[in-house]
Amino acid sequence: MDHSEPLLETPLFSAHRALGARMVPFAGYQMPVQYPDGILAEHGWARIHAGLFDVSHMGQALLKGPDHATTARALEALAPADFLNLSPGQQRYSQLLAEDGGIIDDFMVTRPLAPEWDGTLILVVNAACKVGDFAHIAAHLPAGVTLIERPERALLALQGPEAAAVMARHCPQATALDFMTSIPTDFDGIPVEVSRSGYTGEDGFEISVENESAPLLWAALLAEPEVKAIGLGARDSLRLEAGLCLYGHDIDLSTSPIEAVLNWSIQKRRRSEGGFPGAARIQDELTQGPARVRVGLRLEGRAPAREGAEIASDGAVVGRVTSGGFAPTLGAPIAMGYVPPALSAPGTRLDILVRGKALAATVASLPFVPTRYARKPKTGA
Amino acid sequence: MTSVRYTKDHEYVRVEGDVAVVGISDYAQQQLGDVVFVELPEIGKVVTKGGEAAVVESVKAASEVYAPLSGEVVEVNSELEGAPGLVNEAPEGKGWFMKLKLSNPAELDELLNEHAYKDFLDTLA
Repeated sequence: MDHSEPLLETPLFSAHRALGARMVPFAGYQMPVQYPDGILAEHGWARIHAGLFDVSHMGQALLKGPDHATTARALEALAPADFLNLSPGQQRYSQLLAEDGGIIDDFMVTRPLAPEWDGTLILVVNAACKVGDFAHIAAHLPAGVTLIERPERALLALQGPEAAAVMARHCPQATALDFMTSIPTDFDGIPVEVSRSGYTGEDGFEISVENESAPLLWAALLAEPEVKAIGLGARDSLRLEAGLCLYGHDIDLSTSPIEAVLNWSIQKRRRSEGGFPGAARIQDELTQGPARVRVGLRLEGRAPAREGAEIASDGAVVGRVTSGGFAPTLGAPIAMGYVPPALSAPGTRLDILVRGKALAATVASLPFVPTRYARKPKTGA
Repeated sequence: MTSVRYTKDHEYVRVEGDVAVVGISDYAQQQLGDVVFVELPEIGKVVTKGGEAAVVESVKAASEVYAPLSGEVVEVNSELEGAPGLVNEAPEGKGWFMKLKLSNPAELDELLNEHAYKDFLDTLA
């Protein structure tokens, strides 16, 4: 990031300042890292009530082609999920892959529900990667499929067990959504695209809205007694407890989706057919197992281990921490990192080297804190 | 009569007789946010002015705390082990870090008095 570039602001910049947020540079934007309540209180609020996040810095775009199959296949050439078989209104998590199977970025893909949108996919990519992602996608599209950026839209996330009750008052159709589905609807009369998704491990919604209406939505949500604004600091501790990867930390160009244990995001048809960048490596890792895997780690004591800390077994360095911090819900330090598969079983005892000291740690199953997504019970096959 | 002195790294020293109570300032705790862990030195450790003396961890990051003065660590605040939040609640009270037996009390003159520290903070705003 070129620090001489002026920092961008989201449409909610003034709203953050009015709340007394501490603003920090993040991915080229001035973003709220915390509000006056602080990260621990904000984290706890989102786990118990409903937290409101401004994630307008993320990159929104449309991938537009003549019909669903053409557009889906264009994206399948760049990412390993099954987009062809997405139902209208369904959303999927995937990764843009490099030729060697390394991860360029992770992103969300939605097939719009409205029939008149057939042939379009809605993309949301990470803020820090969006310029590169959009150039990469645009450069690899077949004739007839185009990428249209949506800088005119803001993105809000409402996350927590009381999020649905809040949405019921402003946007009742959204409460009927199942996890990872999306509808075009309105919020107090304002047109929005709402999905039942998020990155905290809680039930919740992501609301895409035109920039000019974002402050209205923000104010309407914040006026609800269940809702408080949550900054990037708590967003990070929430996603870490949920065992979710943060791009540039837990996943990057040096990691494959299989090493990162994102196997679930590569559907069966794509595994067998391939046809995405790095397919040979990924198919090999699926059958032979990868050289290293992402694991969760619980530390004994209270000292957190941070990104970059070495993981050791019997005195030998076997890996590195990629995310680490304090888990407010558990009141204990947690981390994620990569270790050889032989040392990845939950319960495996390892050491994490922090400031020259070996801290005892145990491999833990992910997520650290149980997720509470709004999944309908499966009926039939 | 005790007086408090500060460093530009936001540590404070409160001299009580021949020992100095060391911690981080209210400004420092505000900047750090919620403190979740403090790594304190061993009792008996000899620290040099400006050298690393402790580590304070917030939810987000680890920060080093430097010795504001040279001396020997004679006591540490063991309450911080179970209640690191004391650093946020009362940084210059129950959230103190360590007590130093000063080896060169003259160094105290190099630190900022309360007024000078406030002026320094104004330059950061």
